[in-house]
Amino acid sequence: MIEVRELTKSYGPTLAVNQVSFDAHAGEVVGFIGPNGAGKTTTMRILTCYLTADAGSATVAGYDVVENPIDVRKNVGYLPESAPLYADMGVVDYLKFMTEIREIPKSQRKERLRAVVDICGLEGVIQKDIGELSKGYRQRVGLAQSLIHDPPILILDEPTSGLDPSQTIEIRNLIKDIGKEKLVLFSTHILPEVAATCDRILIISQGEIVANGTHDELIGQIRSEDKLHVTIQGSEEAITPKLQELDGITGIHCVSSDNGVVKYEITTSQEGYYAAGDVYNVVVKNEWVLVELRQESVDLEQVFLHFTTGETSSIIPAREIMRAEDSTEEE
Amino acid sequence: MQNINAIFKKEFRSYFNSAIAYIFITFFLGITSWLFFRTFFISGQAEMRGFFGIMPWIFLFFIPAVTMKLWAEEKKIGTAEILMTLPIRDYEVILGKFLASFGLLAVTALFSLGIPISVMYLGDPDGGTIVCGYVGLLLMGGAYLAIGLFASTLTENQIVAFILGITTCFVLLIIGEDIVLFSSPDWLYPIFSYLGLGAHYSSILRGVIDSRDIIYYLTIIGFFLYLSTLSVESRKWR
Repeated sequence: MIEVRELTKSYGPTLAVNQVSFDAHAGEVVGFIGPNGAGKTTTMRILTCYLTADAGSATVAGYDVVENPIDVRKNVGYLPESAPLYADMGVVDYLKFMTEIREIPKSQRKERLRAVVDICGLEGVIQKDIGELSKGYRQRVGLAQSLIHDPPILILDEPTSGLDPSQTIEIRNLIKDIGKEKLVLFSTHILPEVAATCDRILIISQGEIVANGTHDELIGQIRSEDKLHVTIQGSEEAITPKLQELDGITGIHCVSSDNGVVKYEITTSQEGYYAAGDVYNVVVKNEWVLVELRQESVDLEQVFLHFTTGETSSIIPAREIMRAEDSTEEE
Repeated sequence: MQNINAIFKKEFRSYFNSAIAYIFITFFLGITSWLFFRTFFISGQAEMRGFFGIMPWIFLFFIPAVTMKLWAEEKKIGTAEILMTLPIRDYEVILGKFLASFGLLAVTALFSLGIPISVMYLGDPDGGTIVCGYVGLLLMGGAYLAIGLFASTLTENQIVAFILGITTCFVLLIIGEDIVLFSSPDWLYPIFSYLGLGAHYSSILRGVIDSRDIIYYLTIIGFFLYLSTLSVESRKWR
């Protein structure tokens, strides 16, 4: 549905989007995350034909964004950042205006209007002017506008910014719902939101796509070794050698040992749960008491930091290694 | 067509939803009536030349005030981003907005018909010249509107748009004035006298509607609407 190939766009000397390529398909919710100024909005503006890229190509719903901008826009519902709306218009007038421009047949206009009012929860404010609405309701009117023609593709730029927690959850559920049949591409700063709603995550940093995959895939990519936290009742002298015998254990660090309780941090080159199984078996075999056995989980925050800054505590920044390799090849 | 119509309706309504239309009509009629009637009774002639004669100067300040928000505001609040990602072509937006501002001018002209009606009541003016006067007024007003709209596309600040609009109209107006024409070099004379915004209007006011004058105003309107479209499109490449 969306195919982006080596899209590049600069504003004067600033490179906003650099060689961005990705695909997205119907029935997918794609989260677009990245630091401020990473190029999320620019990419979305190119996809909605608001801006034109300097190089590269993009097709949306099978139409080229440069050659068939009108057809692209017909298939896309777009909510720009902070939902800019005409403050002097009434909510209904505004949505009616949209049904006209979207060329919805007259017979269906009422029905569509009612549908989006329903979906976005606008019943209470339908008689008001947009200027009187709170930020959250404005955001919803913006969303209603983008849904009014029932588009196969929805592009939302920070749809939940400025909403209160319950509204945020509503919008998230809405996005999930819509994403069952359609393609939703949305950007956000809020990482738990991405984990909660997205089928796929695109991380963009300094104009480049630095990661593209499902939540689990991305976590898998940055995990070079797993870490286990183990607490066992027993004596350190007895336990440590037994643990060292295990396969794939790359490091054992005794954090504390008092009152007959020993705390370890174990790193393993295997998948964490394998090593955990081995540790458990050793404990059982020696009839020690297992107090704690926990695998340290990598969360999206670490993934994000890793891909956007190359900084994570225990994890080697893969991107920097790749860069180093690139430069040696050039030499 | 449907798109142009939708934009037209939205913009036209927005003039009347906000106070702009009422303020514009009231002040325009108030000031022009005052300026007209203060000399009308002294001259004692039942004609409207005085009314039409001041229009190029009245428009200079009133028209850019009508057009200044047309695009600058969209840019400022960011609504342009939704508008220009709808399945609508840039020229359709420009045309719809132009027609809406023209609609406001036409409504104002309609209200000003009170003046010729009172003149007719008081005397026996030449109906033909009055009709010509209104045709000229709308044509020249259209040209001012197109220029003002273009000025509005150049900036997101309405005040800047207003002043740019006045300045552009002013320059195009005075190059056709006698003072400028006499002091300009010979080779510029025909160009200036043709391009001047007011010259064609005064020839229409004489009671002769020449196709050249109509073509002149339509060309100016078309030219500035084209420039506006280019200016709106230029966002893509910047």
